[in-house]
Amino acid sequence: MLISILSGKGGTGKTLVSVNMAVVSECGTYADCDVEEPNGYLFLNPVISHEEEVNVKIPVIDADLCDGCRKCIDFCNFNALAYTGNKVIVFEDICHSCGGCTLVCPRKAITEKDKSVGKFEKGMSGNTTFMSGTMKVGVASGIPIVKRILKEVHVNREEDVFIDSPPGSACIVMESIRYADYCVLVAEPTIFGRHNLEMVHELVKVFGKKYGVVLNKCTDKPNPSEDYCLKEGISILGRIPFDASLGAIASVGGIAALEDERFRAIFNSILSGIKEDPELI
Amino acid sequence: MLIAIPVNEETEKSDVCVSFGRAPFYMIYDTEKRVYEYIVNTAAQAQGGAGIKAAQMIVDSKSKVVLTPRCGENASQVLVNAGVSVFKTVEGTADENIDFYLAGKLSSLTDIHPGFHGHGG
Repeated sequence: MLISILSGKGGTGKTLVSVNMAVVSECGTYADCDVEEPNGYLFLNPVISHEEEVNVKIPVIDADLCDGCRKCIDFCNFNALAYTGNKVIVFEDICHSCGGCTLVCPRKAITEKDKSVGKFEKGMSGNTTFMSGTMKVGVASGIPIVKRILKEVHVNREEDVFIDSPPGSACIVMESIRYADYCVLVAEPTIFGRHNLEMVHELVKVFGKKYGVVLNKCTDKPNPSEDYCLKEGISILGRIPFDASLGAIASVGGIAALEDERFRAIFNSILSGIKEDPELI
Repeated sequence: MLIAIPVNEETEKSDVCVSFGRAPFYMIYDTEKRVYEYIVNTAAQAQGGAGIKAAQMIVDSKSKVVLTPRCGENASQVLVNAGVSVFKTVEGTADENIDFYLAGKLSSLTDIHPGFHGHGG
């Protein structure tokens, strides 16, 4: 089963939930798709056995063959090409590597070169398979790296896979939930947290995903995110308390479910809640 | 010679638009014929690369001078490669800035910003 963990903002507890669920699932896979700031490795301390560059294709224009017809420029929906000073110039950071310009060029003046955008890595942390990616500094989009991670995830499809998504609800998050069988929305007990929950809730509905919410940092005070779940009839998979001992465990890179039986029980219950979701059966 | 200015409205009394790439219109002033023309900026709503597309429109308009409060590095590259000079506007309407330019009172735009790409996801 492929489970994506997401939230409308950073710092709500996606990595906490993803790492702990992967650990309690036994033999599961943890895939860190938050490639702009991956941090799952801090807790899982994986032994990396495979590392590779992630490349994208960038057009290269042969100025001798180009006759300035500008079909490539008209085609490019991202405005990554311009015709100026009697030649085509390529803006590599704007290019989405769709390959369209190469196809539409009637003079076959466009070829493609590889451009490295970051790296993909894979390894083990105890019984947990670990995957992650890191963007190169200055690269505009981490989506090619997320795609590379997900390609590998499909190889491990029989196991439970926990995808630690980037924060927000932009393109890269859509990529991270695209193949998910289930989405876990992690939410904070604040008005801002509720607003961000609404954003990702809307997103998973657009994608037609099964989903449930984990309420993090719960206190005995009113919880706007919980109110939203009740109003919308969203199933609440679990509640993680706002507990100083969780912070203490995280601050030294510990995994709560391995350190404290109470937390193991919470994450086990979240996982079984997903597996027993009547919508999935 | 043609001079291009990003403007908010299709009149020479318009303010200069604070954005080059996402201005709704460009005013093109012909110094020989002394007439103003306006082109709609089709890049204004582009998801990305607005500055590049807008600069391409300016280059294609055969303008040789751009007056703008600011300009991103991608747009600047398109303009500079085509031999277009970029000058920094000052407070005032579009036609006032043209007068300032023709009187030699505007200076070259040197603080090219690195762009606002990727904001808003």
